[in-house]
Amino acid sequence: MPPTPATAEALAVPSPAAARRRARGWWRRLAAVGDSTPATVGVAVILFWLAMAALAPVVAPYAPNATDLAALAHTTPSKAHWLGTDHLGRDLLSRILWGARPVLVIAPLAVLGATALGCLLGLAAGYKGGWIDLVVTRACDIVLSFPVIILYMIILTHFGSSAWNIVGVLTLTKAPIIARIVRGLTLDLREREYVTAAKMRGESALYIMFVEILPNARGPLIVDMCLRTGYNIIIIGVLGFLGIGLPPPDPDWGGMVKDTYGMMMVWPHMALVPCAAISSLVVGFNLLAVGLREIGLRD
Amino acid sequence: MARFAAKHCAFLLLTLSVVSFLVFALNEFSPGAVARKELGAYATQEQVELLTRQLGLDRPLLVRYADYVGKVARGDLGYSARFKAPVTGVIWKHLRNTGLLAALAFACIVPFSMLLGIAAGMRESSRLDRAILIFSTVMASIPEFALGVFLASVFVVWLGWLPGTATLVAGGGWSVGAQLVLPVAVVVLFDSGYVISMIRASMVEVMQRPYIRTAVLKGLPFRAVILRHAVRNAMITPITVILLQINYLVAGVVVVETVFAYPGFGRMMLEAALFKDIALVEAGALVAVSLAVVTNILGDAAYMLLDPRIRA
Amino acid sequence: MTDALLELQDVAITYATRGGEVEAIRRLSLRLEPDEALGLVGESGCGKSTVALSIVRYLGRTGRIARGRILFEGRDLATVGDAELRALRGRRIAMVYQDPMASLNPVMTVGRQLMEVPMIHDGAGADAARRRALAMLGEVKLSDPEAVMDRYPHQLSGGQQQRIVIAMALIAEPALLIMDEPTTGLDVTVEAAVLDLVRELRRRHRSAIVFISHNLGTVARVCDRIGVMYRGELVEDGPVRRIFSDPRHPYTRGLLDCLPTLGRDKRHAPLVPIPGHLESSSSRPSGCGFAARCVHVEPARCTVGPIPLAPIDGDAGHRAACVRAAELPVWSRRRAEAPAAGAAVASTALVATEHLGKLYRPRRGLFGRRRPGVRALSDVDLAAGRRQTLAIVGESGCGKSTLAKVLAGIEVASEGRVSLDGVEIGGLGIDARDRRLKRKLQMVFQNPDSTLNPSHTVGYAIGRALRRLRGGAPADAAAGVARLLEVVKLSPAMAGRRPRQLSGGEKQRVAIARALAGDPDVIVADEPVSALDVSVQAAIVNLLAELQAARGTTLIFISHDLAVVRYLADHVAVMYLGAVAEFGPVERVFAPPWHPYTEALLSAVPVPDPDAVGGRIVLEGAVPRATERPRGCPFATRCPRKVGAVCDDTPPPVQRLADGHRLVCHIPAAELQRLQRMIAGP
Repeated sequence: MPPTPATAEALAVPSPAAARRRARGWWRRLAAVGDSTPATVGVAVILFWLAMAALAPVVAPYAPNATDLAALAHTTPSKAHWLGTDHLGRDLLSRILWGARPVLVIAPLAVLGATALGCLLGLAAGYKGGWIDLVVTRACDIVLSFPVIILYMIILTHFGSSAWNIVGVLTLTKAPIIARIVRGLTLDLREREYVTAAKMRGESALYIMFVEILPNARGPLIVDMCLRTGYNIIIIGVLGFLGIGLPPPDPDWGGMVKDTYGMMMVWPHMALVPCAAISSLVVGFNLLAVGLREIGLRD
Repeated sequence: MARFAAKHCAFLLLTLSVVSFLVFALNEFSPGAVARKELGAYATQEQVELLTRQLGLDRPLLVRYADYVGKVARGDLGYSARFKAPVTGVIWKHLRNTGLLAALAFACIVPFSMLLGIAAGMRESSRLDRAILIFSTVMASIPEFALGVFLASVFVVWLGWLPGTATLVAGGGWSVGAQLVLPVAVVVLFDSGYVISMIRASMVEVMQRPYIRTAVLKGLPFRAVILRHAVRNAMITPITVILLQINYLVAGVVVVETVFAYPGFGRMMLEAALFKDIALVEAGALVAVSLAVVTNILGDAAYMLLDPRIRA
Repeated sequence: MTDALLELQDVAITYATRGGEVEAIRRLSLRLEPDEALGLVGESGCGKSTVALSIVRYLGRTGRIARGRILFEGRDLATVGDAELRALRGRRIAMVYQDPMASLNPVMTVGRQLMEVPMIHDGAGADAARRRALAMLGEVKLSDPEAVMDRYPHQLSGGQQQRIVIAMALIAEPALLIMDEPTTGLDVTVEAAVLDLVRELRRRHRSAIVFISHNLGTVARVCDRIGVMYRGELVEDGPVRRIFSDPRHPYTRGLLDCLPTLGRDKRHAPLVPIPGHLESSSSRPSGCGFAARCVHVEPARCTVGPIPLAPIDGDAGHRAACVRAAELPVWSRRRAEAPAAGAAVASTALVATEHLGKLYRPRRGLFGRRRPGVRALSDVDLAAGRRQTLAIVGESGCGKSTLAKVLAGIEVASEGRVSLDGVEIGGLGIDARDRRLKRKLQMVFQNPDSTLNPSHTVGYAIGRALRRLRGGAPADAAAGVARLLEVVKLSPAMAGRRPRQLSGGEKQRVAIARALAGDPDVIVADEPVSALDVSVQAAIVNLLAELQAARGTTLIFISHDLAVVRYLADHVAVMYLGAVAEFGPVERVFAPPWHPYTEALLSAVPVPDPDAVGGRIVLEGAVPRATERPRGCPFATRCPRKVGAVCDDTPPPVQRLADGHRLVCHIPAAELQRLQRMIAGP
């Protein structure tokens, strides 16, 4: 029997191209990272630092705050201290390894917080519109128009500096940026026909925002989270450098630079080493973001 | 145009009042503490309470805020405890120094990033594009203090070509001009990284537009396509971002000022905050916010100038 | 034989992709004489635009001419130097594009964009260039050229923008004009005017034309010869009359058979879709590219070795790439049959609107100027019976989509009544409707790419609709999903797929299945086939008709395509600027007396038949803005039959004719009938 007209299209064998597309799941996506040199380098750098942070207690040759007074005579790199010591005779390598830990906890945590808050605000503003939109966008504009570094100075000197306070201010100051991105995406996505279809079957606003809209905004959000993590690491470093970061004596990369950059004419390595550490980590995140964008474009 | 002005003035006022109130409330949340700060740790409780009453700090927050707004409106920003001078003069002096740094940096950032951004974006994925993309990404990834340390270790420690501090006082054999080179270089490199990637992204998008194809197929040389048809369109999105850099350059360069001991606005704010010099912090915050809102308005105006579609 | 203006010899074009080189054009040879107009037709992905872009060598970074020669005036465009190529582009070869708005630089006045061409190619000074631009604007019939010169593209309507692009292409008097879907996206009356203009300019400027379109009707209006493309190859070419009267390639026949025309309706000549769908060019088998979908296929002959484009005996200039071209059965066009009067049995109205109006009140911002409200619908009276199809036609901005939104509850009526099975729903937004009401009326949307959520599987989309509209345990859901997929003739295995793994037609089927989940009485379909290729469109239209017959669903079918409407509808409402101009049974509306707007619409439809008389009436001007509605008849500003001031000042009366046929016009129906018969013949 020849196929009736309407079934014909459906009975057609799925093309190999479609089959290939189907096979591409999450694993394929992950593998796609390998196609992009920047993304590969980025992932490698991030994984390196994650491993170092996780293994710091095992691999660090010294305790981070242990002073080696004997080494003070020769602070420059030596067999005993591969990267040398700081002005108090503490082993730089150990301090760098331990210093990776707070950064790699605080920065992503603050990004997660900002993303959660930003998504909530952005979705509500973009989907609901009206006065919610007005209040949210204006509030975001106000926070964003304020030079954040001055905001950090005011808040952290007032409330004191601790890991939690830093996570808090980073969350609050980065959420408006995410909210703005999500709102823009939502304004576009809410006009899609599948959103209308969801309304037609009586879905709640929450369902539409979180199940119909948010999953389709994840591409730009993931790229932004990468960038945001990099910027947060910079800010944590800057806060430490300005003396309003994590309290001493535990190692903090920014703080290490602050303590030693005055001695640069004599011992430049004391400031150079933590500077190199923080720069490499941020470069890792930013390269990953560049790579992810590249991959996204080609998909 | 009147609508544009009215809208932005209203936003300026709204932002100023919200921010100034928040800063005011944050700093003067616990009135007793203010007097305690003034008197020091060894004053008795009675002395603290007396001063609190004398200063009128026992009144409700809103009343004190209204009082403060009244004073500010009359041009009285208070007295700086840290610098032992009227706030107005202190701010003015530091703002002028920062203005110099910002103006020099801005004058470099705009042409530098436009050149690289457009050169990269006009041929996406070309070798030049990849190189510029990686350069700008790396530059935007290095914190300013790290960049400062890197540059200083090369040009100050190793080569000895430039001074490591920029106190703006000609001394130690270094002219003010030589002192400015490193701070400006750090700011330009760090900030351009970000601006270049913005312009590049916009340029890449514009080059894929059908009107660029129209221009090419008219028979225009590539150069004319870029200059006449692409650049103006490509600058529409980044123009606001570029003008917002003024904001960063004035209020956000604390780090560079600290690295090079530059007597600027940002470092003044840091010292005021650490010293809990409330009057200076509040006034500085007002200045920073006004500046931010003004650059926002400039950005919107430039945007309208470039894009005929949104002219009212 | 004279020298050809353009000759493509055995051209292959490839694009570099991540998966390797992909052949967009496999092997293509064609020639174009000076002064000749060649139409290239085919469905999306057949490579017709690639051909156009290869002629101007604009294939992007990834595309390249892998083989063959593209000879233009004797020079091989594949190898000429950049400077020479630049001198040809815009000067000897000019191009007109789809989407004129995007093709014009948004930040440059159209005058400067026009003047650029003579300035770069002829070294003309600004004054001379300006004079030529002004003259050209006059030629493309833009009123007030001086004023237009200083406008920015966004200040012009779509039709005006396309005239600018055409002027820009012709200003250098090119020998070859390439038009790539120049009227796609324009309203049908605007399209008719642009096509008329192209025909006229062609006569005057003697440019040869390569006209690319997916629409056989538009090609028939402009071209002398047609080339039909499929999967990167020319499968048939020949004089336009021969192609339409005696197509020799099964694909050409398929295209013509699946096309609804103004003379066909669902009761007489069902559409015959082409089986299967266009395969991606990366997986091309040897032999005939169309073999997998061909009803005349003979595997032994069709799938071995290349099949060249061969001349057809006794038919000069007609070639087909089919081994069976000579032995195919005789083909005949399915012509209009006598309309069976009263085929649409009037039944009680299931959906009806009365004096329905919708006014969008502008939101006033804190500093916003007070803007006037926009009247999207005014005084709309319509009714659709059970098992019937009510079609709503009109051009963009006529209010047809707003009407759909009000029916669906996405918008709420501001005046009048809407009843659904006796329940008043005009004031009920979707949230105010209970589940029973929601089940009764569901929607199918226009854009296959946005109708399904890309993050959800097909099974989830349908299952969720089942759960929300039917209730019931999740265990039934899987069975329910499978059943619904079968109803729309998809394999139940599709449930696990995501939208990006589906073709456009498949997506639209899933959307229909989703709408059917609640077993609705009424389906509102807003342009459900307008984004699909013709062969797929036919299958979906057939599916809708079948489902309606099987389930007794009422279909409210919103469309700008009069041929599809003629085919599918029982009743038709013609809308203009938010008001109903004409309403009645489909045979009545499509026969005189017509409302002058209906008449203009019908005469503007590009008919895929070179012998059809078309384009008798060409509307001038553009639809007024909804904020500037005329006081009297909304159509008065463009009406070719306007009788006088009464049209501008007084709202026209509703004339009630036989069978519930209504006309809203000042001219008496009898008079319209007389006028129209005089021109159209009986």
